[in-house]
Amino acid sequence: MTENKINPKTPYQDLTIGGNIYDAGNAKEFKTGDWRSQKPIWIEEKCKQCGLCWPVCPDDAIPVTKEKKRTNFNYDACKGCMVCAKVCPFKAIEKEV
Amino acid sequence: MGIRERLSGNEAVATAMKQINPDVVAAFPITPSTEIPQYFSTFVSNGQVDTNFVAVESEHSAMSACIGSEAAGARTMTATSANGLSLMWEMIYIASSLRLPIVLSLVNRAVSGPLNIHNDHSDAMGARDSGWIQLFSENNQEAYDNTIMANRIAEHKDVLLPLMVCQDGFITSHSIENIELIEDEKVKEFVGKYTPEHYLLDDKNPMAIGPLDLQSYLFEHKAQQAIAMKNAKKVILEVSKEFEKMTGRKYGLFEEYKLDDAEYVIVCMNSTAGTVKQTVNELREKGIKAGLLKVRVFRPFPGEEIAKALSKAKVVAVLDKADSLNGQGGALYEDVVSGMYNEKLTIPTVNYVYGIGGRDTTTKEIESVYNDLIEIEKEGKNENPYRYLGLRGDK
Repeated sequence: MTENKINPKTPYQDLTIGGNIYDAGNAKEFKTGDWRSQKPIWIEEKCKQCGLCWPVCPDDAIPVTKEKKRTNFNYDACKGCMVCAKVCPFKAIEKEV
Repeated sequence: MGIRERLSGNEAVATAMKQINPDVVAAFPITPSTEIPQYFSTFVSNGQVDTNFVAVESEHSAMSACIGSEAAGARTMTATSANGLSLMWEMIYIASSLRLPIVLSLVNRAVSGPLNIHNDHSDAMGARDSGWIQLFSENNQEAYDNTIMANRIAEHKDVLLPLMVCQDGFITSHSIENIELIEDEKVKEFVGKYTPEHYLLDDKNPMAIGPLDLQSYLFEHKAQQAIAMKNAKKVILEVSKEFEKMTGRKYGLFEEYKLDDAEYVIVCMNSTAGTVKQTVNELREKGIKAGLLKVRVFRPFPGEEIAKALSKAKVVAVLDKADSLNGQGGALYEDVVSGMYNEKLTIPTVNYVYGIGGRDTTTKEIESVYNDLIEIEKEGKNENPYRYLGLRGDK
């Protein structure tokens, strides 16, 4: 759909009228990570894949494989609450400074 | 060949609505438009229409219900006057910005206060920047005809804007006049089925309407509305042309009455045009070249076309049935003058605020306006362009 291309540079001719949205289930198109306040960094060498971090993430920003292994953060969704770092027993998540 | 009847302006509009048979009517009664939902609810009770009539508890709710049903995909109509329109205020902007072609019958009445139930145009003028198309009607026939044309104009894909059909409260809404109605079948065919491209109840194509529209988008969406309003001019003329083919009754953006060779011209709207026509006839018998330009389409405003039509006049008076209380002039006057300025037309033009709160305006008073115009031409001076007509104590 055209509105996937809509962004703050779109000329008025290409906008839907009244700002109507004609696509259902489009929340994933909205990159909320741009209001992230802090940035968690995953240190893969220290990670034991204990599985404590991803269930506490309020934004589902830690992708998990079928084998129940976490991968790097999805920064398009992460808000930087750092709850994951708090629960990590191995100091495998650090705040970017 | 039409059906000869005698109806009041309110009956005429209710009859048009019956023939249009909209999906939803949501309305709340207010003088002098009360009869429209009253008659219409009778049609609903009698099974003469299939309409879902929503009896709401206020005008704010009436317009809200109209917005909901139009967005859902239902052809929706309503009626109100004065303070009823004021209470709809928040919602009329929502209706136009969501591009919902709701049709409203506005029976013009003075907006309080102090409290007054009689006719002037302060309600319509208050909504002049709300993004609604505004058609004005001299008599019951025009109120009926404009209503029959309204849905077609509002729902056109190049327009998609709400529309109000205005007529003068009591003066035409409660006066019974001869009228020529169109056969039900012909109206049905003319108005056609409402087939919106996008609507909320389309379960195959889900949509969201009215999302948050911040700094990056509102400006562009308003520009879209402004363009739709400009497009409406062409669509109004097209629909009017088709209407003429069906009925023989010709409508443009405005009516020119003995304007071709007119030297002294009055510009006005709604029922006063009838009084002006009578005066023009009387003056013409005396050899005075008087003329009238009656504005039918106030929004979008045909400034360029009006200026061209006035280009041969010597002096012009614009009558405003609402005072903008701005120390400068009435709304119609300002629009006419700015249209003239853009066309580099610099003939002397005066504004008369008249008929406020239902004050009667007679042919004698209209004649005094033409006399003033003759005087202005003779003296070559136009010192006080913002005037009153029929005000006690006015000098």
